[in-house]
Amino acid sequence: MNIIVCIKQVPDTTNVRIDPETNTLIRAGVQSIINPFDAYAIEEGVRLKEKFGGTVTIVTMGPPQAEEALREAISLGADEAVLVSDRAFAGSDTWATSYTLSKAIQKIGQFDLIICGKQAIDGDTAQVGPGISAHLDIPQITYVKKIEDVKLDGAHRHMRAEKMTEEGYEIIESPLPCLITVVKEINEPRLPSLKGKMRAKKIEIKKILAKDLDVDPGLLGLNGSPTKVVRIFTPPPRKGGQMLEGEAKEICGKLVELLKCEIP
Amino acid sequence: MDYLLTEEQVMIRDLARQIAQEKIKPLAAKYDAEGIFPWDIIKIMSDSDLCGIYIEEKYGGTGGGAMELVLATEELSRACGGISLAFAATALGTYPIILFGTDEQKKKYLPDIAKGKKLAAFGLTEAGAGSDAGAIATTAEKKGDYYILNGTKQWITNGGEAETYTVVASVDRSKGARGAAAFIVEKGMKGFEFGKKEDKMGIRASATRELVFTDCKIPKENLLGKEGMGFIVAMKTFDQSRPGVAAQAVGIAQGALDLTIEYMKQRKQFGKSITSFQGLQFMLADMATEIEASRALVYACARMLDSGNPKVGKESAMAKLFASDTAMKVTTDCVQLFGGYGYMRDYPIEKFMRDAKITQIYEGTNQIQRGIIANHVIKESVSK
Amino acid sequence: MSIKVITEKCTGCKLCVRVCPFGAIEVVNKKAVINLDKCTLCGACIESCKFSAIVLTKLSPSDIDFPKKLDAYKDVWVFCEQKKGAVQSVAYELLGKGRELADQLGVDLCGVLLGENVKTEAQKVIHRGANKVYLVDAPELKNYQDEPYSKVLVKLIKEHKPEIVLCGATSIGRSLISRVAIGIHAGLTADCTGLDIDRKERLLLQTRPAFGGNIMATIICPNHRPQMSTVRHKVMKEAEENKHHKGQIIEKKYGKEEYFSRTKLLDIVEEIEETVNLTEADIIVSGGRGMQNPENFKLVEDLAKVLGGAVGASRAAVDSGWKTYSHQVGQTGKTVCPKIYIACGISGQIQHLVGMQSSEIIVAINKDPHAPIFTVATYGIVGDLFEILPELTKRFKEVLKK
Repeated sequence: MNIIVCIKQVPDTTNVRIDPETNTLIRAGVQSIINPFDAYAIEEGVRLKEKFGGTVTIVTMGPPQAEEALREAISLGADEAVLVSDRAFAGSDTWATSYTLSKAIQKIGQFDLIICGKQAIDGDTAQVGPGISAHLDIPQITYVKKIEDVKLDGAHRHMRAEKMTEEGYEIIESPLPCLITVVKEINEPRLPSLKGKMRAKKIEIKKILAKDLDVDPGLLGLNGSPTKVVRIFTPPPRKGGQMLEGEAKEICGKLVELLKCEIP
Repeated sequence: MDYLLTEEQVMIRDLARQIAQEKIKPLAAKYDAEGIFPWDIIKIMSDSDLCGIYIEEKYGGTGGGAMELVLATEELSRACGGISLAFAATALGTYPIILFGTDEQKKKYLPDIAKGKKLAAFGLTEAGAGSDAGAIATTAEKKGDYYILNGTKQWITNGGEAETYTVVASVDRSKGARGAAAFIVEKGMKGFEFGKKEDKMGIRASATRELVFTDCKIPKENLLGKEGMGFIVAMKTFDQSRPGVAAQAVGIAQGALDLTIEYMKQRKQFGKSITSFQGLQFMLADMATEIEASRALVYACARMLDSGNPKVGKESAMAKLFASDTAMKVTTDCVQLFGGYGYMRDYPIEKFMRDAKITQIYEGTNQIQRGIIANHVIKESVSK
Repeated sequence: MSIKVITEKCTGCKLCVRVCPFGAIEVVNKKAVINLDKCTLCGACIESCKFSAIVLTKLSPSDIDFPKKLDAYKDVWVFCEQKKGAVQSVAYELLGKGRELADQLGVDLCGVLLGENVKTEAQKVIHRGANKVYLVDAPELKNYQDEPYSKVLVKLIKEHKPEIVLCGATSIGRSLISRVAIGIHAGLTADCTGLDIDRKERLLLQTRPAFGGNIMATIICPNHRPQMSTVRHKVMKEAEENKHHKGQIIEKKYGKEEYFSRTKLLDIVEEIEETVNLTEADIIVSGGRGMQNPENFKLVEDLAKVLGGAVGASRAAVDSGWKTYSHQVGQTGKTVCPKIYIACGISGQIQHLVGMQSSEIIVAINKDPHAPIFTVATYGIVGDLFEILPELTKRFKEVLKK
């Protein structure tokens, strides 16, 4: 099975703080990590490879430092890594990103499955995965929490998966090749192995530049992005309210009075 | 301190640290309270290729030695000295095979241990033979193609959980220490049973049991080295494994110190955090220095061993002695620095003190270590 | 397009360094230097510089002079998500906001409804303010599937050219609209918390959180139509129902080609939890490390039950195995915005706060007066939750007895 996993290197937003004096983001000392949802995607790809054979190719679009994330993915069991990086891609919104990635994937070659994490924790849009499947015109299953079965032999190659919904889940069957986005319920990512880490250190990362792709340059980067960010600001910090004082019974009495009208 | 580790050693250390912080730390209190053996951690270590870091590549390991072993053991012990023991004591039980096994024996037993599929244990101590190891009463009677083992080993770490046991027994009691031999015994062999699991003060996630041999028949192919070499096997094994115990002690001490400083920073008395008080700062400085000194001694000893130097008896004993005494002192002071909270089982620090104690006792008590060191320095002085 | 620092104006104050979400700026020899490999041209630094020392430079023809026929696009559309033949309340919230936007632009508000036998629902959409409803009723559209819904929506948009399309940021909405946006080369902004109109430019101003909610971004789509946004449930206010409001239902029919789905829906499984769905709940009572053990969590559950709310948990509580992951609130769990959020024994680390800080009323109960949760709590109680929770439960029970 030829599996492609798309990952993104993101700042660890769980550790991002707001400077209380200037009310701005403090980015110093915040590590770059593999987007947490993508870690689940990598794990699922590696598990499928272990079950069905084949290769797992990790693809990322980002600045040169994203290579670290690719090497980390190799240490987790992936086979190949591709860095799609070029100044021309800078400023891409999700449309341009999914366009660029879909072209890069076409260049990489034949695949049976593309796995993406549900969303990136910096952008939080969840748009790139479905965007890629739209550009490639392949079916998609989003919010996959379990892959039930994969049938690779015969004419009708397909997979069956559980797609998480607000009320529970749906069972969807899709022909291959297709794209899936995965949620955290799907598996428990493994830790890197020593052999994996050594491999990651030595492996040659394939690089794809804008000129290597069969693309319309007008559709790349900031120019190719339909959406434009005009302003970034930090939300006014939520102010604390009042502290309720007194004995437990007193406090409870006060709180009940304050809340009772708010309860629908 | 920068110990100029190789890239691979850094990888091993970082991987062990990741496992310790992400997987072991959350479980430590529960496994200690309930005495749960950490098979799940062994699986994680096995999946990460860490179980064979001191075993040759040709037998399934990753080709490292004592240095790799101590790096991993220290990191794991920082999270829990009991859980790390499942790994460290396996090394102890495996070294007799590594040092004295034939190629066939190595091929048969090492791969599964290197892959983390099986654990090992070393059986020397008996009720009547602790420091006086020469007084062992377990016998191995040669009968045709077999040896028949009879006797009981006491307080064996990994006892009951491991599949592979290296056991020292007496073939000829009239020869005393020179009549002993080392054997490989497998769990499940007829006549090999286990006693009850001991209820210990500390390292409670580690399993400690008696090994009971009743006419246990083992094939002669399982003899390690030659008859009469039993104590040589034991001594050489301890030389190799003492840095491992020392590393466990360094890890326990470091883990305790790290927790303590974190606590002290947020504990406020007299309007400020208690890290502001010079008396306590001095305690921290002493502890940090002593731990670093232990670590440096352990690494120096491990490097000596890896260089193939056969004369490591004194250094090995020094590393074990100093690191374990440091661990006991540091963890006791750490409980002190936590104040009343240090005494409460709800808080994690008292466990470190309970865990540290055993490092002063097993694999040769610190009194025996002092004896060994004294013998060496006296001998060396005479030969000048 | 690129970015540069006007070194004569730069004072090396480092404000831009702090603000850059991508760590792309350094101060070298007292002047700011932007690392173009890391810079994503988001513009946060331009906004922050007090000396106007950072500017965007144009390397290629300005993209503002595309002669696109944007005035052909009119009307505000709301995709009305339906499940089991019933329009979901998120659609009514979007219709409420959509009406405001349509009025500002002077255009119609239109609903888009796909399903089977949903004509009566289309009427409900009109009662909520829509001037028109584009209805596509076919058995193949009974349940949502990515391909048929996207193909139909793309066809509708291409034919009728709306200038704005709004959709709920639900699991259906997000999958659907992401796919549609590609097909029509439109800009899409997810999880908008604010939508406004810039009347001069006739642009939709879309405001949304990023970086786990730590910063807000305002986004426009100047040269592509429609401008598309998804909005989370319970962010906007529902449009009021007016049974007298009249509108047009425009029925559309498409062919097998549009209705064909390569994926097949084999089964729908509902997992009814004993407690209310967390993200829908109006009241959430959440427990953290301070609950100490799983038995004590019952106190949290009792209070939730009396209030008719859902039970939440911090990551610490979930990691300890006291509640399952589906109850986890926070960065790596669910984001909730109930009316009332009661945090019991939760210290309030940022990872938890980002998951619940937009709750209307936050009540925090913690024994540590310095717990960060008190910085966002509407009402803070420093005390023993083992005393307070049972007392609260008792009192609410009395007061709420109808």
